[in-house]
Amino acid sequence: MTAFVGRRLAQALLQIWGAITIVFIALRVLPGDPAELILGSQATPEQLAELRAELGLDDPLPAQYISHLQDVVRLDFGDSWRQGVAALDACLERLGPTLVLSAWAMIITVVLGFVAGSYAARHANTAIDHLISVTSLVGQALPPFWIGIMLSLIFARMLQILPSTADGSMASLLLPALTLALPFVGWLGRLVRTGILEEMNQDYVRTAHAKGLSHRVVFYIHVLRNTLVPIVTMLGLLMGYFIANGVIVEVIFAWPGIGSLLVDSITFRDYAVVEAILTVITLCYIVLNLIVDVLYAYLDPRIQLENA
Amino acid sequence: MTAVRTTPGRSGGPAPVLRRLAALPLRAHLAIGTVLVFAVAGLLGPLIKPYDSARTSPPDRLLPPGARLSDGAVAWLGTDQVGQDILAEVLAGMRTSLTVALVTVLVGGSVGLFLGLVAGYFGGWADGIISRVGDIQLAFPSLLLAILLAGVLGPSMVNVIIALAVTRWVIFARVVRGSAIAVRDREFVDSARVMGASHGRILLHYILPSCLPPLLVAATVQVGLTMVAEASLSFLGLGVPSSQASWGSTIAEGRDYLASAWWIAAVPGAALALVVVSIGILGDLLRDTSDPMTEL
Repeated sequence: MTAFVGRRLAQALLQIWGAITIVFIALRVLPGDPAELILGSQATPEQLAELRAELGLDDPLPAQYISHLQDVVRLDFGDSWRQGVAALDACLERLGPTLVLSAWAMIITVVLGFVAGSYAARHANTAIDHLISVTSLVGQALPPFWIGIMLSLIFARMLQILPSTADGSMASLLLPALTLALPFVGWLGRLVRTGILEEMNQDYVRTAHAKGLSHRVVFYIHVLRNTLVPIVTMLGLLMGYFIANGVIVEVIFAWPGIGSLLVDSITFRDYAVVEAILTVITLCYIVLNLIVDVLYAYLDPRIQLENA
Repeated sequence: MTAVRTTPGRSGGPAPVLRRLAALPLRAHLAIGTVLVFAVAGLLGPLIKPYDSARTSPPDRLLPPGARLSDGAVAWLGTDQVGQDILAEVLAGMRTSLTVALVTVLVGGSVGLFLGLVAGYFGGWADGIISRVGDIQLAFPSLLLAILLAGVLGPSMVNVIIALAVTRWVIFARVVRGSAIAVRDREFVDSARVMGASHGRILLHYILPSCLPPLLVAATVQVGLTMVAEASLSFLGLGVPSSQASWGSTIAEGRDYLASAWWIAAVPGAALALVVVSIGILGDLLRDTSDPMTEL
């Protein structure tokens, strides 16, 4: 177990280093002069030269890369020129709302996914099962931002029962969380359905029935619990996905999270903030993946750690 | 169309192909029909109903679907906030969407095919490097990578394609690597090796054919996903420049007019949803029909 965790940890560190490098390449190596982008086309050559020196853009790339790595390790991404505060602070300030949104999306996914999945499994191959499976397929294929706009059109404009933009209320949380969750409700529902149907054929279920236990007890106490192991671990991946892909949803609903800040910062060339946000999000993503892998191995002793 | 061509019909002529096509379930017919209609519309539509982003017509602003324009024509899908016909905009957007998706998948697929073949067939350090780089990139959320690259490179169709192709090659490389590993030690490859065939010949004639069906399935699915990604980038203002029509940017504009003119955002969104769902069904169908064993 220790060896597995150690190896997985080393892999995560490699991935974090890779992510930092990808961001560095995108922002510093690709064509485009950050100084000119920040100052605009009216800037004098003196102003440009001054800013380039200040940002360290005159140094050779390897030197820039080393100093960038050192900065990131010290969690120093520089200052946001737009907000005048440390980029990391600007980023962390907006992390809270994103986590709240992701958590609610997760709750909606889990509740609806489990209800739909277990209902479909208990009524396997009936009309309602097919209906659930078709709905889930379509839901997974629909572009998320269109779901968001349609939900906002129906609930905020036509029915006027929910706000379409963030105003700090619980009600304004519902539409963005639903938008984020909907494509995955069907995904989770299908996982739950398959998991339950597979478990139902196991010997221990027949034994439980033979003991005279009621269907209800067999289902909830035995079957559902065993289905949970692989699914619970998948939820960690989903959380990482929600944090990373909430960008579009946050923009649609003007949600004051890290994703809408990212798009603003890219549009305004506030690269210090872009670096901070991408590093924080990727860190969340990689750490969640790490936790999932370790948790999976821990919860299911049948997993061969050496080969994992 | 694609579905027919990939189903192994080596022994049969056109007749068995038609029979197989007729035997497909209803949803497959609907999906193939939808994709065909959209492809033809994207190809020919802008010729019949040209779209000019610079043209504005103030008296025709925000007209509902079916309204008559000031020049006497009928706007079947309504008009937008500057008086553009939504139908023309959707057709031009279809062309953008298809072009970006197909070229992205072609570029990403070719790079992925090459690297996947090298990694899967030769193994060793080449596989180590390619697979590690792939792992590292997959640890970076792909949407964020696309946003970052498209934002840094600036709005142009070529840049969108570059940004999206960079996020896709890993998926193709993994698929191809998997199939290459599955066949590289089989008897017929060994016998070719014993006969003295070169690596290039073995790769091209023995390994490549087995990698194509799964690659084609992945490519089909990715065309749909790339269309959504392109629309997402354009929606955020990081996609194609505003002089080119894109479903994403039309939807973004329509968001401000949801209360008064829902059709601006709803119509291109519905078009995107319809074509993406259809491509998804085609992908599933291809996966079901292309049995890799028959290709080995």
